[in-house]
Amino acid sequence: MDIPRYWRLRNQRYRLEGSRCKECGSICFPPRFLCPHCKSAEMEPYELKGRGKIYSYTIIHQAPDIFDKNVPYTVALIDLEEGARITAQLTDIDPDDVSIGMPVEMVIRKIYEDGENGPIQYGYKFRPILFTDAGS
Amino acid sequence: MRKVAIIGLGQTPVREHWDYSIRQLAVQALTEAMKDAGRSNLDALFVGNMLSGALAEQEHLGALIADYAGYAGIEAVKIEAACASGGAAVRQAVLAVASGQVDTAAAVGVEKLTEFSGKFTSKGLATAADADYEASIGLSFAALNALMMQRYMYEYKVPKDDFAVFPINAHHNARFNPNAMFQYDITLRQYRKAKPIADPINLLDSSPISDGAAALIIVPLDKVKGQDNAVEVVACEMATDTLDLANRKNAVWLKAAEKSSKKAYSVAGVGPGDIDLFEMHDAFSIVSVLSLEACGFSEAGQTLKKANEGYFKIDGQLPVSTMGGLKGRGHPVGATGVYQILEAAMQIRQEAPGNIQVPDVRYAMAQNIGGSGATIVTTILSK
Repeated sequence: MDIPRYWRLRNQRYRLEGSRCKECGSICFPPRFLCPHCKSAEMEPYELKGRGKIYSYTIIHQAPDIFDKNVPYTVALIDLEEGARITAQLTDIDPDDVSIGMPVEMVIRKIYEDGENGPIQYGYKFRPILFTDAGS
Repeated sequence: MRKVAIIGLGQTPVREHWDYSIRQLAVQALTEAMKDAGRSNLDALFVGNMLSGALAEQEHLGALIADYAGYAGIEAVKIEAACASGGAAVRQAVLAVASGQVDTAAAVGVEKLTEFSGKFTSKGLATAADADYEASIGLSFAALNALMMQRYMYEYKVPKDDFAVFPINAHHNARFNPNAMFQYDITLRQYRKAKPIADPINLLDSSPISDGAAALIIVPLDKVKGQDNAVEVVACEMATDTLDLANRKNAVWLKAAEKSSKKAYSVAGVGPGDIDLFEMHDAFSIVSVLSLEACGFSEAGQTLKKANEGYFKIDGQLPVSTMGGLKGRGHPVGATGVYQILEAAMQIRQEAPGNIQVPDVRYAMAQNIGGSGATIVTTILSK
């Protein structure tokens, strides 16, 4: 990924910043300029907590070139507590232990290195929830 | 709007065409289609293609192919909608003729995926997905389909083995199609042992990276009605959905397939029960299942049972992938949608090879799917 694009996406990649519609309250990730539910243009940034449950997952054995050295790795669709669904890599877990419905939380990890001299790109991944707060 | 018909068909075999360039493949298919149509004049050309810029360093295919095919000067443009580029190009050709603006239009689908190594091609194909939120975090195109398949297996409690029926059927039909890439059978045993790509998808769930070109000549129906080679396009309808999979509430329901097929049924004045064969977009086994369900050919969760009872075989109630589908014929991405409609037209013209000719076809349907279901074109042909 080129640098301007990586820079533009920093709030999403580091802070899971989506959007909230001021009219109908619906929450989106990625953020949108127009609400897909009520078409309002009154959208505000909304930081997601980064906790949710696995909706589906796959273990990738054949990857696009730049991720080739990471195989096998797991990616999942995750239903976040706020209602949005996100696509992300899983980390800190044996692929064989992943299951649908498993609670996970966001962490920042290296996504990939762009060659020897290119920048290291970081972003969200999700891991199993290690400690749960009382009541949650 | 005028009614329109297809009167010319042309195709190259689907192969790894190391010796031919994009322009050669496209010109070959278009020339054959014009000859089949018995025409020498062409007013407009719509080229379906996804990756010529990324993989062959060549964009601007409209003008290039018009020129090399001997039609320099005509209206010509490339249409891109990922794997649905071919179907989208046919839709534009149909609209051009139906509107009365153009009398003879060609839709040519062409793709050359073997210019570079497979991994580079996979990266190109992944551009059909959301670049910022899917491809750049490590998802391949197969991975998106795997997310749908995993969820489907979970929701309907079906084992992976049940999906094998689709690639087995596709390969079996491809055996008799001289233009197919894989003219051989595969077995359940081979399916079980196939190399994993993105669990639960393995190599034999996946259509191959391939090259090819197909062309259709489209004219007003009233001028060719009754001609042996004329096949009416009774509907060609497109719908879209979110580009990314995550933003669809139900990842195992192809809303755009439902919308475009409903539109097509309504325009054609038919229902799923009237369709005699279905050239479906079996890029991965799971897509076959989701497409059949969204088009109303089987209820959600029931498709694999029906399939394993022989419902979708050549001699079943609804033959699918009759010439091998994407899995057996091959999937030259931007050309695929044109191949599907060409094959449906061959079936109606009773020109399919003996073993895979479906008897008495009145309505044949083709569905071309782009991305993980974001652009879908459904076409219905009739005698």
